[in-house]
Amino acid sequence: MTDPQPLLKMTGIAKSFPGVKALDGVDLEVAPAEIHALLGENGAGKSTLLKILAGAQSPDRGTIAFDGQNVVLSNPQDAQKLGIVTIYQEFTLAPDMTIAENVFIGREPGNRFFMNWAKMAAETQKLTRRIGLERSPMTLVRDLSVAEQQMVEIARALSMQSRVIIMDEPTSALSLAEVEKLFRIVRQLKSEGIAIIFVTHRLEEVMEICDRYTVLRDGRNVGAGKVSETTIEGIIRLMVGREVNALFAHREDSGAGEVALAVEGLTRRRSAHDPHATELQDVSLSVRRGEILGIAGLVGAGRTETARAIFGADPFDSGRVLIDGQPVDIRSPRDAIKHGVGLVPEDRKQQALFLSQAIRTNLSIAALDRIDRFGVFVDERKERDLVEEYRKLLNIRMASPDQAVGNLSGGNQQKVVLARWLALRPKVLIVDEPTRGIDIGAKVEVHNLLFEMARKGIAVIAISSELPEVLAVSDRIVTMREGRVTGEVMRADATQEKLMTMMTLSAAGRAA
Amino acid sequence: MTDVKRETAESAGFDLFGVLARFAPLIFLIALMIIFAVLEPRFMSSINLFNVMRQVSITGLLAIGMTFVILTAGIDLSIGSLLAFAGLVAAAVAKGGMQDRFTVGEGVVGWGWELAALAAIAVGVCGGLLQGLAITRLKVPPFVVTLGGMSVFRGAALLFAAGGPISGFQPDFTWWGQGKIGPVPVPVIIFLVAALLAHIALRYMRYGRQVYAVGGNPEAARLSGLNVNWVICSVYVIMGFFAGLGAFVLSARLNSAEAVAGTGYELTVIASVVIGGTSLFGGVGTIFGTVIGSILIGVLLNGLVLMNVSSYIQQIIIGVIIVLAVAFDTFAKSRRRKA
Repeated sequence: MTDPQPLLKMTGIAKSFPGVKALDGVDLEVAPAEIHALLGENGAGKSTLLKILAGAQSPDRGTIAFDGQNVVLSNPQDAQKLGIVTIYQEFTLAPDMTIAENVFIGREPGNRFFMNWAKMAAETQKLTRRIGLERSPMTLVRDLSVAEQQMVEIARALSMQSRVIIMDEPTSALSLAEVEKLFRIVRQLKSEGIAIIFVTHRLEEVMEICDRYTVLRDGRNVGAGKVSETTIEGIIRLMVGREVNALFAHREDSGAGEVALAVEGLTRRRSAHDPHATELQDVSLSVRRGEILGIAGLVGAGRTETARAIFGADPFDSGRVLIDGQPVDIRSPRDAIKHGVGLVPEDRKQQALFLSQAIRTNLSIAALDRIDRFGVFVDERKERDLVEEYRKLLNIRMASPDQAVGNLSGGNQQKVVLARWLALRPKVLIVDEPTRGIDIGAKVEVHNLLFEMARKGIAVIAISSELPEVLAVSDRIVTMREGRVTGEVMRADATQEKLMTMMTLSAAGRAA
Repeated sequence: MTDVKRETAESAGFDLFGVLARFAPLIFLIALMIIFAVLEPRFMSSINLFNVMRQVSITGLLAIGMTFVILTAGIDLSIGSLLAFAGLVAAAVAKGGMQDRFTVGEGVVGWGWELAALAAIAVGVCGGLLQGLAITRLKVPPFVVTLGGMSVFRGAALLFAAGGPISGFQPDFTWWGQGKIGPVPVPVIIFLVAALLAHIALRYMRYGRQVYAVGGNPEAARLSGLNVNWVICSVYVIMGFFAGLGAFVLSARLNSAEAVAGTGYELTVIASVVIGGTSLFGGVGTIFGTVIGSILIGVLLNGLVLMNVSSYIQQIIIGVIIVLAVAFDTFAKSRRRKA
């Protein structure tokens, strides 16, 4: 089949954010009635490209042609008018409104003052029937399953006369049976001439349903073609193909000691309290004194959830945590700290820092025991000495300890968070995305710091979405996918390709 | 490296806005005093100034407690009602019990000012504790809990007073509100000592660090091992303590306690704290600022009275000021974010 006139053609799209080139001349071509996989590691530029396509961000350079006409998408309404609709991973439905209201939100049929409920319900029913959602249009979205909510999103997209539907990780929250049903709908949409851009980390799904693919890496195109002419291994090679940065040096082999922390059968079911958190199923792992254990996995693999469960930040349903071989009862971060466990959370601004407060108080807040007087007062001189000690050790660049921590660069902010935990002299330190959003120089410093901690006998668990980083810092690597541990490998035996395979193939996929 | 450059540029840049924002309340207070001094000569007389301070000391005590609450991004609307209730209980104790509470005149000995003060503070602390528990255990927002408390404590006060004020106390009781040490009124001394202690707690004690941390970022505080619920509960207890202490001093000053005492205090007190630079978003603010803010409101009201401005207009002015102060705080916060 010769390629028909593309429905959507993006050419030379570039977009920079302060300090980061997110996209650097990316092309994307999608034909009508095509299911197109957009692939890449975390941070490859997929989200930015999708945001540009949705009109949420404007490209610095590049052109977008739709139906052969050059178009400018300066806001989401422009994109919608053309029939480009995005279904995000986190749904944008109002849970306490009905299906019909959600489908027609902002576009309710009726006159200027009143909406026509009967018409709205009838139209909704037509749309939901079309995709096989057997629910009354008057059902509250709150009462629907995740899969059904997704169908409401699709119905909404259809109601806007969509010609391109972008689905961002549509299967991440679905069961196998639900995925099958979604695929039937997607194929039906395709048969109606609608183009689908399908973003997923599950490569088996790409092979099953997509016609063509585009792979991004570090904001550039690295490959595109027909799915029928490639293999999963071929796509993985394209996704990780970059050279491991020479700056990311390994450390000499560690002399790892006794097991400091062990987790056995950690299980956490989905809770209404936090429906987007990944369920954990029978997660077991251990880390020795002086060892750095890397946890690799894609978004939604359950790495952060595991770390938070160990640290007592989130509850878990079953399983146990042992420290120095003794089972411990950790129900809150307070308990974890008492047992010598620390966590550098993934989002330092939301979860770690008091941005408008001084570096000094940010650094000492968890270690006030070390600098108090009579148990109740803070000894400010000891505190300043403490800050000075860690400023030197971590090379934190700051004007004064009284400066607001929010004024520091990302790298220095992260060092303050690391210093907070080092000041506690932990036995086990879990670092979640320790170098997210910091520049390359600071990254290397953070890596060296992790080595230094391990050398001092701290058991370190390092979670990172960047495979080169996992490979550089870890002595041993555990991979996770969908809340399960899928493999374990020593650093010496690990390659990016191997890890990517362990991270993307489900146990079922490998067994088959 | 670019990193280094950025850091030095930041530290070298003199943050004029930051300095102005910090001293704005003090500058505003001085400006206001100069204006009143020019427009109304009686304003600067020492009698009037001590009078202003005596009035400020009651709302000032409450504002000290409110600073703790607002630092955790909370609010307490119940303080006026709690103050009235605590004042009545203290008055009844001073009178010697429920039977004798309406007895006026000579020959009534009662149970002494010490027990009265303790009773007022106990009522305040219990009221604060109940509200703190409702906020942390029942997960009801502070605004709602204390709005409810506002009604509950006012109702309790009206029930307790059974219609009439309780008045006519022993001189050793009223000394706490009317007495002087040298030229300085006793309530002013209580206010300033309390402010000093609160300043020490917030600035130099571990507890203060926890209050700022919980207000600045509750999730980060929890992940740093703090007991966030305990800290939140504690600030309402402190607020209750100051409501009780304020009730005792007010009853002593007026030589009377009544169920409608403290009506509308919440607004004056919140305005004092916010004008003093404490952020309603939590995590930012000082006791020094609150003291200045309280005096500022006191001076403003006093000046307006001297100039024969009607109390209705004063209410309008307080309302406008509180909105403007919060607008300024929002603006300052957006600047902090950008930094």
